[in-house]
Amino acid sequence: MKNKFIYLSVLALGLVACEPEFDNELTPDSYSSGEADFTTYVAIGNSLTAGYMDGTMFRSGQQNSFPNLLAQQFSVVGGGEFTQPSYADDVNDLGGLLLGGQPIQGFPTRMAILMTSDGSGPVNLAGTSSIEVSDLQQTAYNNMGVPGAKSFHLVAPGYGNIANLATGRANPYFVRHATSPDASVLSDALSMNPTFFTNWIGNNDVLSYATSGGTGVNQEGNIDVTTYGGNDITDPQVFASVYSTLIDGLTANGAKGVVMTIPSVTSIPYFTTVPYNPLTAEQLGGDAVIDMLNAQLGQLKQVLAVFGEGDRLQLFSKTAANPVLIKDETLTDLSQQITAVLLSLPDAGFSQEEAMAIGTIFGQARHATADDLFTLTASGVIGQTSLVLPNPFNIMGVTYPLDDMYVLIPAEQAEISTATTQFNQIIRSIAASKNLAVADMNDILNQLVSGIRATDGQIYTADYFSGIGNMNRVLFSLDGVHPNARGYAFVTNEIIKVINRHYKAHLPLVNVAEYPGPKIVTSNN
Amino acid sequence: MKKIIILSAAAMLAGSVYAGGYRISMQGQRQLAMGHTGVAVINGNAESIFFNPANGVFLENRFSFSAGASALFANTKFQNSTYNWTNSSENLGTPAYFYANYKISDRFAVGLAVYTPYGSAVDWDTDWQGSHLVNNIDLKAFFIQPTVSYMVNDYVSIGAGLIYVNGGVEFNRNLSRSMTDDQGNRSDVTLDAKGVTAWGYNVGLTARLDDYVTFGVNYRSHIDMEVENGEATFSDLPDFLKPTYEGTTFSASMPLPAELTFGFSYQINEQWLAAVEMNHTYWNKYESLDIEFSNGTNSVNPRRYKNSNTYRAGVQYTPSEKLSLRVGGYYDETPVRSGYFAPETPRNNSLAGTLGFTYNITPKLGVDVSALFIHFDEFEGHYDHYIEDGLPVSFGGTYRSAVGSVGLGLSYNF
Repeated sequence: MKNKFIYLSVLALGLVACEPEFDNELTPDSYSSGEADFTTYVAIGNSLTAGYMDGTMFRSGQQNSFPNLLAQQFSVVGGGEFTQPSYADDVNDLGGLLLGGQPIQGFPTRMAILMTSDGSGPVNLAGTSSIEVSDLQQTAYNNMGVPGAKSFHLVAPGYGNIANLATGRANPYFVRHATSPDASVLSDALSMNPTFFTNWIGNNDVLSYATSGGTGVNQEGNIDVTTYGGNDITDPQVFASVYSTLIDGLTANGAKGVVMTIPSVTSIPYFTTVPYNPLTAEQLGGDAVIDMLNAQLGQLKQVLAVFGEGDRLQLFSKTAANPVLIKDETLTDLSQQITAVLLSLPDAGFSQEEAMAIGTIFGQARHATADDLFTLTASGVIGQTSLVLPNPFNIMGVTYPLDDMYVLIPAEQAEISTATTQFNQIIRSIAASKNLAVADMNDILNQLVSGIRATDGQIYTADYFSGIGNMNRVLFSLDGVHPNARGYAFVTNEIIKVINRHYKAHLPLVNVAEYPGPKIVTSNN
Repeated sequence: MKKIIILSAAAMLAGSVYAGGYRISMQGQRQLAMGHTGVAVINGNAESIFFNPANGVFLENRFSFSAGASALFANTKFQNSTYNWTNSSENLGTPAYFYANYKISDRFAVGLAVYTPYGSAVDWDTDWQGSHLVNNIDLKAFFIQPTVSYMVNDYVSIGAGLIYVNGGVEFNRNLSRSMTDDQGNRSDVTLDAKGVTAWGYNVGLTARLDDYVTFGVNYRSHIDMEVENGEATFSDLPDFLKPTYEGTTFSASMPLPAELTFGFSYQINEQWLAAVEMNHTYWNKYESLDIEFSNGTNSVNPRRYKNSNTYRAGVQYTPSEKLSLRVGGYYDETPVRSGYFAPETPRNNSLAGTLGFTYNITPKLGVDVSALFIHFDEFEGHYDHYIEDGLPVSFGGTYRSAVGSVGLGLSYNF
């Protein structure tokens, strides 16, 4: 017994006696909130705030929303509890949405990379969503990010009313947790009495137009939002007015916060992944096929040349990468003229119907140039053979022009760029008037295009997932628009740096590298 | 109690603790108490045959035995204020030894030495921020060395020993900085190698320059521990990696570096003895820890250790036949270069102090006691050579270590 006592004492003495001490031991007191008060942090915004990634909201993804990560860092210096809308019913972690038990069109399950011996590519995970919209939570949360919301939606009463879903005046994500049918996102957010906030809104006011390939309407000059379509660009005066209302509400009781600017489309992989010229000779079918295609193209070029528009089309090269054929609605429609010329050719032998068909198809067609941007979704369409179109004009983007919805032509890009710049100027000036911190995500994402070197030496870019080679570096999720978990951690650090600078706080950063990247599966059934 | 015994028994002859690099310099309580000098210390006890095989023939008694063990406590703390990371590793190890020496004649002696000169154990919290480099590691090796020593003339002796090494390592790390399985558990690999054997040698020369001063020199050869078809166990792999990794084995080689020691002892008078010496360790053979898996993949982990020196001094005071008192110290240079500070061997330069005594219960039997404390400065260490997607990424922070030991031994000479 005595021996045991001696033995244990020696052990304890040894372990205690050899306790190393730091000159500056890290404790929570090593950090501070500076001039900010993180007691109640409320985040408002859209999908980027909610933690949307891989094309949907899903349970585990939401844990890595940037507000949730920020709140974890805030808790070191006295930040309070941070709640988010519940996804407890997402038992299989699939995302998607159900209404009355039926999957809602346009709200698919989560994307993942399916990797098989034949290759790999993005898929929507097999299975049915279990997230039921009509299970109303009726609770205000710290995270009031609503996927899909534009600026004016945040102040619209009834945006969370389930009865308004049929007419498109409500958002199923907000319906799930709105405190009452007439509540607005802003009123629910303010009911939390925030002492600190983040506001990242305005992306959908211009980027819905962009992701639709510019098929919406630029509503500049129209201040009646009830006439807006989902893919329209918001009028800047409307944006300014709404943004002021949001900020006035959030700062009414002295809360401080951070606002974020809107990124430009050239910094988002949704628009920069598919090149304008993806068609190699091999993909087109080889030299023989190219010769045949060029015969038809050559003929059309000559027809168009009659009207001085021969440059709209290029002959296919057997060596270089070839551009996609697109429909450009800003071009003069030469359908009738093409038809007339074809019918006038004595040896060509085109029937009336054939000539009219060709005229219609190629009336506003041209080959893409480096100034055109393609959506990520175009990759699933280019080169596909249509089942309804007549041979040989049935290969999408090769012999049949790709629809407007897959392309942002320079004119559309200019509208987007102008609107983005206007909205960002409004955001910055309203923030300045209230002395709020600005996390310039527009600037940061632009830098990300050429690469940003993190403090640990890793270089992060705005590239889309390209395989095992960049799986530890990619920050964007598989939908090409939203960050993945690692990307949200990166965003969190940029916001923390801004808070540290502007509010003289000292907050610890998060470890971006330990957050997951793309989900890879080997089977999907 | 039972748990603690099991812990110590498992660590016995395992020496799971560290000094410069992963070398543990604790091969005898008497000499450890004198700063672990010994290359030129004659008429000590059987411990001498480790420090210099030529010393065996200088021992006074026909038969000399010595055995002992130490409880070695190694604590390391880590923090990084940029990210608010804190972590620590506490390890207890028990390096041990056994020596026997038999003087066949006045000029010729044979001996057997069993000791544990290498070990390293670090145990960070699983999935900590440096888990892609190491979660935990336990490296051990014991040496068995039959020795002969021969007195060339009254002043000079030479000695040599053949070394048989038996060692093993268990090493766990996460596969990358973020890879998980479908449930979010971090993917990791455990490398396990046991019973790895190798051979080496030890040669020495001792010269009595006069009645007071003795010179000794000792060289221990470089030994490569090579693992073939070691067990590699991958856990929590995502489905797409399982075909690549399941069922693989690994090969790796780890060097136990050569060591050259030379020093002097000075018998000031009957009661006072002083010793100084220097060890030069040829660590620059440890360029990189390369692990080859049977599926064709390789893990290359640059280390680029550099040769390092340890400077030692010690004093012994023997007031009577019953008691000897000792004190000493040493300065141990780290073999780790800047930018290569890996958390599996987190040690910078250190300064150690030792003390101890021998109490002779009977003229033949003595109890040897030693104590050691190693001081490390607070240190900004980082490892800059981990490759992720083709780019080197850095990991580091502030480290502070403290190491101490208490040791007990018995010497029996007749």
